Amino acid sequence: MTSTPVSPSLTNTIHGDRVSLLRVLGPVHVWALGVGIVLVGEFTGWNFSADKGGALAALIVCWVVGLLYTSVAMIDSEVTSTVAAAGGQYAQAKHIVGPLMAFNVALFLVFAYTMLEVSDAILVGDLMVTVAGTEGLERHGFVVLTIAVLAWLNYRGVLMTLNFNFVITALAYLSILVLFFSVQPWSQGAVLQLGQLVTPENALPYGWIGVIAAFQFGIWYYLGIEGTTQAAEEVRSPSRSLPYGTMAGMITLLIAAAITWYVCASLLPWEYLGFTFFPLYDAARVTGSGALEFIMFWGTVLSAVASANGCINDAARAWFSLGRDRYLPSWFSAVHPKYRTPYRSILFLLPIALAFAFIADLNQAITFSILSGVLQYTFMSINIMMFRRKWPLGSIRRGYTHPFHPLPAIILFLLCCVTFFAIFLGFGTQLIAMVAFYFLISLWFHFYRYKFVRRGDQFTMPWPKPQGY
Amino acid sequence: MARYTPPVQSKSAQIFDIVFVVGAIFVALWLPLKLGLAGAAKAIDKIDSPTWETLGQNATMSGIWEKLGYTPETAHDIIQNRFHYVIDWPTLIVMAAVLIGYFVFLFRASDKEFRDVIAEKFDEKS
Repeated sequence: MTSTPVSPSLTNTIHGDRVSLLRVLGPVHVWALGVGIVLVGEFTGWNFSADKGGALAALIVCWVVGLLYTSVAMIDSEVTSTVAAAGGQYAQAKHIVGPLMAFNVALFLVFAYTMLEVSDAILVGDLMVTVAGTEGLERHGFVVLTIAVLAWLNYRGVLMTLNFNFVITALAYLSILVLFFSVQPWSQGAVLQLGQLVTPENALPYGWIGVIAAFQFGIWYYLGIEGTTQAAEEVRSPSRSLPYGTMAGMITLLIAAAITWYVCASLLPWEYLGFTFFPLYDAARVTGSGALEFIMFWGTVLSAVASANGCINDAARAWFSLGRDRYLPSWFSAVHPKYRTPYRSILFLLPIALAFAFIADLNQAITFSILSGVLQYTFMSINIMMFRRKWPLGSIRRGYTHPFHPLPAIILFLLCCVTFFAIFLGFGTQLIAMVAFYFLISLWFHFYRYKFVRRGDQFTMPWPKPQGY
Repeated sequence: MARYTPPVQSKSAQIFDIVFVVGAIFVALWLPLKLGLAGAAKAIDKIDSPTWETLGQNATMSGIWEKLGYTPETAHDIIQNRFHYVIDWPTLIVMAAVLIGYFVFLFRASDKEFRDVIAEKFDEKS
């Protein structure tokens, strides 16, 4: 790796208010941000892939979607270590494809993370209500408390937020390992019953079309790992911290996903696995161990809190970036004079998250998030091709150069196409409605809003003119 | 290329823009929920007087269901609630057309805007 030239936007204060985000984060915080957002996917969400295709389909997509995300992490590491600016993929799109794409990518990010935050808060609320078992107890109080406290934490500073995330993410991860070793994974039949629960008759109840359909929720194993790039303006060394933190996060998640599938598929019938909101917690219940049940209860809660915390961080930075470039009113680009956080964006998105936590249920919120995520990955596969074409290797200094180009981009694009088809199988109307929204809001931006944007000021990287222009 | 100077937007117009975007977000996310278009397309394949055997559950499976607090009657709607995958070609074609049209518009319009950005950024220097 080589050192990366720092974007001018990182060090000066020409945008918006006269303070900038604070550079205090290292690779550990990048790991905590990425894994913290995603780890909740092992505690809930991935199991709906068993609902769509059976237990074996959930395992197949665990690995194949893992390949999709490995491509995402490789591509993201190269582009972000070179375009190190808050907004992550938004800043990439702005410098490589163009303003309208950047506007859309920022909305993908805000939707994906806000809906993921909503899912997390619903999970906390539902789990509390389920475990309490008290007649008339509603989840809403827990939902509001979770979102409001985390928004306050984000308001107070990024270092404290991500230190907190590191601790609770590590504890949640540890809870999965404790469950794994407690059920004697080396000895099938002692506690685990994989052979009895996943049989030749029920392994793929819908056949291979079920495997394809399962891609939709297979995304949930890893959705959000690309959020590490949102911290680009707050890490001390983007060229080192972002690739290390992202790749280490991806390895961590691949291990967690495999362990989670093995334990859950060996303890729960596939129909229940596809139905429950708390697969790891229910797996612990089935073992009959009160201690494991207690550990997995807290593991689920901590993973959801860590994810919501990271999502607030990322969604706010994407929204902040839109304001900074005047894609939205520049009022959103204010940085708190004391805490150095994008506080107006944090506060603005708070009631939106709360509103959807009240009107959506868990798998609907998850689907909204997945849809925005897959649209974003489709963009990323094309974006890296354009990046290499406009600025070939050697024309600018890259913090990291990913190997095997263009293979990861092609794999990513093909797997995105499969995932769109998977969403069509069961959730097609929702997909069409969301794309119609993005299309209409794009028309609004292109033909109206863009006239308020300064043209040349959007390009802040110290790069030569792109080839072909 | 001459440097583009954007018009000054009044505060009320800025507030209107924010309200428009937030309104559009709510319509996009809330309307499918309200119209019942969100959520999985599933249906329950009903079995009369279900038993663990008729529900396709072996002894290990039924033991686990019972540990989780279910009987064949209460587990029936979970086990029999299935997807019925039928490829509806007209809907698939509409979805593909919407997606492709969206991305084609995005890349073409973005490229037009990007050329202006590059022209102003780099031609000013030369």
